[in-house]
Amino acid sequence: MTRRSILACTLAMAVGWLPVPASAQMLVNGAGATFPYPIYSKWFEEYIKVDPEVRFNYQSIGSGGGIRQITERTVDFGASDGPMTDEQLKKAPGELFHIPTVLGAVAATYNLPGSPKLSFTGEVLADIFLGKITKWNDERIKALNPGAALPSQPIIVVHRSDGSGTTYIWVDYLSKVSPEWEQKVGRGTSVSWPVGLGGKGNEGVAGQVKLSPGSLGYVELAYAVTNKLPVAAIRNHAGKFIEPTIESTTAAAAGAAKNMPEDFRVSLTNAPGAEAYPIASFTWLLVYRDQPNEAKGRAIVKFLWWAIHDGQKHPAALLYAPLPAPVVKQIEAKIKLITYSGKPILASQ
Amino acid sequence: MNTRRLISTTMSALTCVAAIVAVLPLLLIFGFLLVKGASAVSVDFFLHLPKPVGEPGGGVANAIVGSLIMIGLAVVVGLPIGIAGGVYLADSRDRHLPWAVRFIADVLNGVPSIVVGIFAYTLVVLPMRRFSALAGGLALGFILIPIVLRTTEEMVRLVPNALREAGLGLGIPRWRVTLRIVLPSARAGILTGVMVAVARIAGETAPLLFTALGNRFWHQGLDQPIAALPLQIYAYAISPYDDWHRQAWAGALVLITLVFLASFAARVATRGRTIAR
Amino acid sequence: MVAASVSRAATADAPPPGRVVRRMRAGLGDRLFGLGLTGAAWIIVLLAGALVAALGWEAREAIATFGWRFLTTSVWDPVQGRFGALPFIYGTLVSALLALVIAVPLSLGAAIFLAELAPAWIRSPIAFLIEMLAAVPSVVYGLWGIFVLVPWLRDWVEPPLGATLGFLPLFQGPPYGIGMLAAGVILAIMVVPYITSVSREVLLAVPRSQREAALGIGATRWETTRIAVLRYGRSGLVGAILLGLGRALGETMAVTMVIGNRPEVALSLFAPGYTMASVIANEFTEATSEIYVSALVEIGLLLLVVTIAVNGLARLLVWSVGGPARGGRE
Repeated sequence: MTRRSILACTLAMAVGWLPVPASAQMLVNGAGATFPYPIYSKWFEEYIKVDPEVRFNYQSIGSGGGIRQITERTVDFGASDGPMTDEQLKKAPGELFHIPTVLGAVAATYNLPGSPKLSFTGEVLADIFLGKITKWNDERIKALNPGAALPSQPIIVVHRSDGSGTTYIWVDYLSKVSPEWEQKVGRGTSVSWPVGLGGKGNEGVAGQVKLSPGSLGYVELAYAVTNKLPVAAIRNHAGKFIEPTIESTTAAAAGAAKNMPEDFRVSLTNAPGAEAYPIASFTWLLVYRDQPNEAKGRAIVKFLWWAIHDGQKHPAALLYAPLPAPVVKQIEAKIKLITYSGKPILASQ
Repeated sequence: MNTRRLISTTMSALTCVAAIVAVLPLLLIFGFLLVKGASAVSVDFFLHLPKPVGEPGGGVANAIVGSLIMIGLAVVVGLPIGIAGGVYLADSRDRHLPWAVRFIADVLNGVPSIVVGIFAYTLVVLPMRRFSALAGGLALGFILIPIVLRTTEEMVRLVPNALREAGLGLGIPRWRVTLRIVLPSARAGILTGVMVAVARIAGETAPLLFTALGNRFWHQGLDQPIAALPLQIYAYAISPYDDWHRQAWAGALVLITLVFLASFAARVATRGRTIAR
Repeated sequence: MVAASVSRAATADAPPPGRVVRRMRAGLGDRLFGLGLTGAAWIIVLLAGALVAALGWEAREAIATFGWRFLTTSVWDPVQGRFGALPFIYGTLVSALLALVIAVPLSLGAAIFLAELAPAWIRSPIAFLIEMLAAVPSVVYGLWGIFVLVPWLRDWVEPPLGATLGFLPLFQGPPYGIGMLAAGVILAIMVVPYITSVSREVLLAVPRSQREAALGIGATRWETTRIAVLRYGRSGLVGAILLGLGRALGETMAVTMVIGNRPEVALSLFAPGYTMASVIANEFTEATSEIYVSALVEIGLLLLVVTIAVNGLARLLVWSVGGPARGGRE
């Protein structure tokens, strides 16, 4: 028995050691935001048809993880929907670019019997997340939702337990609409939450909300819809209650191109515009201006170019909004600046 | 008289109940795995790569291979050290070092595997500047060594002295006696110790979280991130997608079956030998 | 001439020349082999040392910045860079203690049953099943925990507990399902096999004479067990319990999946919590500042020190009953 089992084990492991025939591929590793994971995983799958020589392996570990890993250079590119702070950029061994890829909306999602359509204002959301509003049938929630059947259950708040760009977008919004939130909790990819359960990744929060009756959490829109979770309409800067959709997300970015900072680190929350959804954001891929590896650098640059052009026909199906055309032009200029050994990669195509 | 007898019978019954309750979760867990996971286990499941979010189907082929690779790495690195250390402990006449090594090995057995993960991250991932199968395999090796060490020691001790003395009496040098006579006769026991250790590391997730990282495609080399079955189960379990949940159950079913087979085989092989476990 | 006298001397009172040469060669081979073995032993010692050293080194910034306050502060604020490990220490201790409260009676009862009272035909199968329970990977426990245990607790256990015992702060608050109670129950299930099998070994190591003496003076089975066996094996049993504690303290995946990930000290068992192992698992890859990483590694160091202490003590106690050769598997 022992001799045969040794043989069996060796064979099994030998299978692993043998190079898989298609192993002429190059593996480019990235990690970061869970916010765009659905569209990125679609893109990386589609891109195999465009360039069969490369595989992009993306691990959705949260924006905080993406920032950390690209700073430590343990991955080839990072991804985040919370822009890096100046301090974080200084820590990186080289200049990092933020390349916007798509627009997404952070939705307030909940689990109530009957899945009623609910509306919230920013202040009410902030107070719920501060722990000041604790029950579903609180007066202020009832006032915003006169027709809805609100139980007297306690609200189970669900937030992120990991470092998250989605969190950044959410608390950025809450900070803008609630001075108390800004003072007590503030902004960041990881904050000190006054109340609530923590879920890991957008997946974890959506999973948690789905499992727990009476819960309220925030997730990227795609996660709510794919899991058939209801999303709330939120009052925007102009005073209208808007639901998160592709159109309202695009509306939020409408004014962005005019005042776009050169490094693309812009916040779109609470954007002006009658039809704008107030909790929308760009999501960025983080790449070094000077790429350490020529082959990988070229693969990344080619992928970025594809993503902002051909790739833009995929986001809508997954409920992300494509980039506005003027912004695409600005990004093109930025991608052309990526170099290897000082020489721009794209120009040498 | 009667009350004492009554107490005794009641306590006996209670301990019996305790034993049954202790075993119950195993039946529940395995039962649920079968019910929920069996439907998703298919040939596809074993042969295909994971599909992107929202697309049904896909499998855990790369995760299974990844796990096997890292286990293989752990064994290649840990086995020589573990066996050599075990032989040392069994045969050495030193005063202090064996006691220290024994104590350390037992203590290392109890180190939380997440701490091993931090260690491997600091020592392997950071200097290499990347997540890799190597880091994951080394972390698993670190966990494997103490287990193999202790079982080897016990198995070598069990080899009757008569065998050693016979070899020495023939003029065979001591080291040859150990290598060519003692170890081969302890071979079965040592191998089962290895299988127990493999069963243990096959199920480890925590040390792989920040060493192997995970990979949705086939491995591309030992210095690249790699998928592993427990990692995949974890990622699927905490996701909100029903299809992924089903695959998590199926993956867990596969994992637990492999682990059970290894443990069961180890136990059967050592039946009749007096070892601690 | 010299050769002749050497050979005469050799044959006289020394072993024949062939044997001498072989022994000298054997000496070299033995020495090298011995060096190799000792080398392996030293590697193990060095690995353990490197583990502590690496953790200590990475944690130095947090240790320097926070000092002892790290153990007593509750704030976990990555934005401001303020870290205190109290919620995690609390969560780890409470979940482990809860696990023991549930597991110890079950394990000791099962161990007594298996060692003393069970008929022979049932001993092996049940012992086997309990050992299989120890082989179940943590992530599988977690998976089962999320989808089976948590809904059960949320719908069938916590509401009645809250309704009947809600006056106790232990059972107050909304029934999330996810939380300290779920973590405690899952940990209990996970440590039962360890405590049971080591306790069983300890009980089996108690000499027959003890039992026979008790039976001889007319004790019932239970009284025999209580007076002769349990008392004799007491320190070993404590050791077994400590081993279970050590396991519960370091458990990561299953707990992470059901505890709720909330860094807060809360009295209620229904409330979500956080353990030292869980926070490392969740936040390590994304700690974006040096001090954040350092704080997490310091938590890892704390965890290491605590589990070493508990396990070390446990080993010593178990060895005191059975001898150092025991306790090979975990």
